[in-house]
Amino acid sequence: MNLRSRILRGKFWGYIGAAIFLVVLWQYAAWSLKNPLLPTPKAAILATARLFEADLGRHFWVSTYRVVLSTLTALLVGLPLGLIMGFERSIDRFLAPLVYITYPIPKIVFLPLILLFLGLGDASKIFLITFIVFFQILVTTRDAVRRVQSETISSLRSLGGNRAQVYRYVLLPASLPDVLTSLRLSMGTAIAVLFFAESFATTEGLGYFIMDSWSRAAPDEMFAGIIMMALLGVGLFIVVDFFDNILCRWQHLKGN
Amino acid sequence: MIEVSHCDLRYNQAKSQVKVYDNFNLKIEQGESLVLIGPSGCGKSTLLYLLSGLMPPTGGEIQIWGEPVKGTRQKTAFILQEYGLFPWLNVEQNVSLGLRVRHMTKGKYKVLVEDMIQKMGLGEVKHNFPSQLSGGQRQRVALARALTLQPDLLLMDEPLSALDALTRERLQTLLLEIWQEQQLTTVLVTHSIEEAVFLGSRILVLLDGRPTQVVGEILNPLVGQRGYRQTEEFFRKTSYVRSLLERGGLDESAK
Repeated sequence: MNLRSRILRGKFWGYIGAAIFLVVLWQYAAWSLKNPLLPTPKAAILATARLFEADLGRHFWVSTYRVVLSTLTALLVGLPLGLIMGFERSIDRFLAPLVYITYPIPKIVFLPLILLFLGLGDASKIFLITFIVFFQILVTTRDAVRRVQSETISSLRSLGGNRAQVYRYVLLPASLPDVLTSLRLSMGTAIAVLFFAESFATTEGLGYFIMDSWSRAAPDEMFAGIIMMALLGVGLFIVVDFFDNILCRWQHLKGN
Repeated sequence: MIEVSHCDLRYNQAKSQVKVYDNFNLKIEQGESLVLIGPSGCGKSTLLYLLSGLMPPTGGEIQIWGEPVKGTRQKTAFILQEYGLFPWLNVEQNVSLGLRVRHMTKGKYKVLVEDMIQKMGLGEVKHNFPSQLSGGQRQRVALARALTLQPDLLLMDEPLSALDALTRERLQTLLLEIWQEQQLTTVLVTHSIEEAVFLGSRILVLLDGRPTQVVGEILNPLVGQRGYRQTEEFFRKTSYVRSLLERGGLDESAK
């Protein structure tokens, strides 16, 4: 426990150090460029504090809610389907070609169509992000399940485990580390897609806020939006890490 | 009695049919400790899979205490090669898994599992994960998990092959104690001649070939006697098993 808390404290100071380094770099860039388009960190942070009470907080909330809801939906659909495709060969034979053909298509090109069908509100944005993250989770889970050794499954079956219990006690825990890794990577994609989807035909969300500040030539406000976007990303990363530490503790032990 | 009658096991491979077992027959008495020894790929492990019900024969029938085997049985415990532990479960959870799979409530299995963990000397590591255990400890966990199911048939696939000499001897003695104490019917697959003679009340020597053949059957009534390992009889039996295996062409490394 002592070692654990020492490691955590070390990690914490590591993050603080990295943040300070980035702020210093930013400050240096702002000084040397002397361009009003790149505000100093101080100006951006002051703008963030000032605007948070006004409406930045609301935009932040809207974006958070969109990205969290889409990721959860993608997980809820992609994870079970990935487990089934990985284990049930007959179903995989049928679905795999479909996935292989549709996976490389950039789903973002469907945005105009999605806007047309689902309207300009939350639904279209959530659908688009879900659509993209879903594929990543599906493919990762399926491949992880395929790597599970048949002996591990035999071991559970020899204990009297039925098919459902193979999913519950073997396939799910065995694929979880990979699922969380793909979730971590998907977060970056999800936020990028979120920004894109929010940057037109909407009046809510951080993407809108950033593009709106840009068009009003208010760089400090634009950077306030960027800071919030960064915090959203880091926050989601920490949440995934938290679950990783709880659910996949066995992966992080000495000797692994 | 366990009866394997006229069993066939075939599979197709590149246009030709491979016969692993062809009209194979075997009887195992209750309370017997049967050891299967033979070269790699001779079908020893496959026989365990057939007995466990994990793999159905393509022909013939297997009966355990008069009941035909159709899928896995509640009272058969099978310790797979490499122990079959789940790396994401700690010792306690691994040991209790068989009972949880059988829908036993926590209140019921907790005491059983705790007793078994203490009996196997795993008390200090019960919250550790398999990757944090030594080979001997892992094997004890696998044994504990099998025994909590109170089996009437225990199948073991090379349970001690990855262990160092001392740990191996200690666990051989433990296996012998369990077998004697519980009058448990056991079938054990091994590569080690000494282990076969130390643990088997009957030893079957299998020959590499398609299909598998039994080249020798050795009764070993003195098994379990105090100091058996040091007796002349023990030496005589190991030499005999060795000679059978050599005739069958066991490779050097497996001895």
